Amino acid sequence: MKRFNVPILLIVLLSTLMGLAWFEVIDLYIQTIILFMGINIITSTSLNLVNGNMGEFSCGHAGFIAVGAYVSSILSVALFTKSKVFGAPLLPPEMAAYGFPLVLICGGIAAAFTGLLVALPSFRTRDDYLAIITIAANYIIISTIINIDTIGGARGFMGMRRVIFAMEECAEIPWMILWVFVFMVLSIIIIRRYMSSTYGKGVEAIRQDEVAAEIMSVNTNRIKLVTFMISSGLAGIAGGLYAHTIGYINPKSFDLLKSTEALVMVYLGGMGSISGSIIAAVVFTLMIELLRPLQIIKWVAIPLLLIIIMQFRPEGIMGHRELSDIFPRLKKFYKFK
Amino acid sequence: MTLLEIKDLTQLFSGICAVSELNLNLEQRELVGLIGPNGAGKTTVFNLVSGFYQPTHGQILFQGRNLARIKPHRISALGIARTFQNIRLWKDMSVLDNILVAQHYQLGYGLGSLFFRTPRYLKRERDIRHRALELLEIFKIDKFAGEKPGNLPYGMQRKVEIVRALSSGPKLLLLDEPAAGLQSTDVTELITLIQWIFDQFDLSIWMIEHQMKVVMSLCSRISVIDFGRLIARGTPAEIQQNPEVIKAYLGDDQL
Repeated sequence: MKRFNVPILLIVLLSTLMGLAWFEVIDLYIQTIILFMGINIITSTSLNLVNGNMGEFSCGHAGFIAVGAYVSSILSVALFTKSKVFGAPLLPPEMAAYGFPLVLICGGIAAAFTGLLVALPSFRTRDDYLAIITIAANYIIISTIINIDTIGGARGFMGMRRVIFAMEECAEIPWMILWVFVFMVLSIIIIRRYMSSTYGKGVEAIRQDEVAAEIMSVNTNRIKLVTFMISSGLAGIAGGLYAHTIGYINPKSFDLLKSTEALVMVYLGGMGSISGSIIAAVVFTLMIELLRPLQIIKWVAIPLLLIIIMQFRPEGIMGHRELSDIFPRLKKFYKFK
Repeated sequence: MTLLEIKDLTQLFSGICAVSELNLNLEQRELVGLIGPNGAGKTTVFNLVSGFYQPTHGQILFQGRNLARIKPHRISALGIARTFQNIRLWKDMSVLDNILVAQHYQLGYGLGSLFFRTPRYLKRERDIRHRALELLEIFKIDKFAGEKPGNLPYGMQRKVEIVRALSSGPKLLLLDEPAAGLQSTDVTELITLIQWIFDQFDLSIWMIEHQMKVVMSLCSRISVIDFGRLIARGTPAEIQQNPEVIKAYLGDDQL
């Protein structure tokens, strides 16, 4: 009975946010920060699946974000708006409101298969080597995008604003808040269901002793690929949401710095902890905004913070625990594991 | 009926011969031992049988099926389970989860039903959990189900590892030095446990052991290897009298 409280809580939270945005109680700037929080939550929880739960070291998360961002942006712009590159909309723009989630999912699927392409050769290695390969993959993806001139190359790609306008034609509600929220909740549900199943526990077993896992009938190769695909697919969805929030994407915004941001969030929150990653994403997004006056020095302050965390609390904010481990009374409402 | 047949098994590690032309048979419902001095290649034989290494030459047939090029997780699903010399439980997982993960060979649901929590998925998860708890109960370790293995005494960790191996329903159980690091009272308990497992479950047990007390009181047949070569086989009493074995263990006095 008590567990029904969580969906109600989420609906209340969503409608409050949308209401505040609708009546313009919170301005666009704050709305954007809230959107970034949601997107960063997807980014950090999805990277946490590989780096925290599986214990591999993937450094190229931004590459998959880029794939998702570009694929979904191109699709939505081509399908729902009139643009210089793709000409007249392929579908009536009124369909944008319903088509948008499907477009996002397409971006996610594209990112997942890019993840598979990266994982197939690179999972023969591990640790440092895997880190190097994923960094390389990140750069390969960026340079590929830069060299495709039809989608803007290094100049970037835009037109996603018009997709949002097309959606607002249908109904004038803060669409992005709705979709970011829905996909954030969905990706947390996906990760949680995956990790709480016996199948997903194989991921933990791989981190702790891969040889024992393989000998005890766990198909380690397959699980590693599936986990990496889920992780990169969710990153792709985060990318699509990011692109449509900003309205403009540029290959440079998905370089190693973006991957580092994702890594910082995972290590800040605690390896393998879903609630840790969520808390870290919120804290990190706020921090970035608060430190904005520092401009480029921000990127001295944030890594410094990471070093300090690693020095004094190497397991991150939550360690390997979930919120419900620290506050057992929460278990009545929601079991994080 | 022959359960496991090892034919001319040879394993070279960059020129060093770890196992050389080994021929061994294991019948169904047998409890046999594999002994030999340190570095004789005993664990290598187990690693070969469980698919961890690919043999350089020779064949391993399990129920008439060649195990060459079969991945370890498939071999485990075929019915060969093992424990390790140094306990390899998953330390950050509860004892129950350790048993659950070993059920991967029989999950019986796909990713789709996992994410949508279909009735089939829920039923399979329930069944697996139920069976795991039942097994823990049989071995009277159900009170540790929620504990991390690291918090248990060493002897209990051994027991959990054996139960984990058994939970995959093996036809052949490989025990790699189950008594290593145990106190003598625990060793007595272990002997009773292994004998009990052998009596209760329909399986064969093949074990490597250094402690003669264990091997001599449990095994009906013993094979002895030295430098990767089979030097003797027979009943415990025969092995104890075998001059080759004594020479391998104690050295040759006529240098």
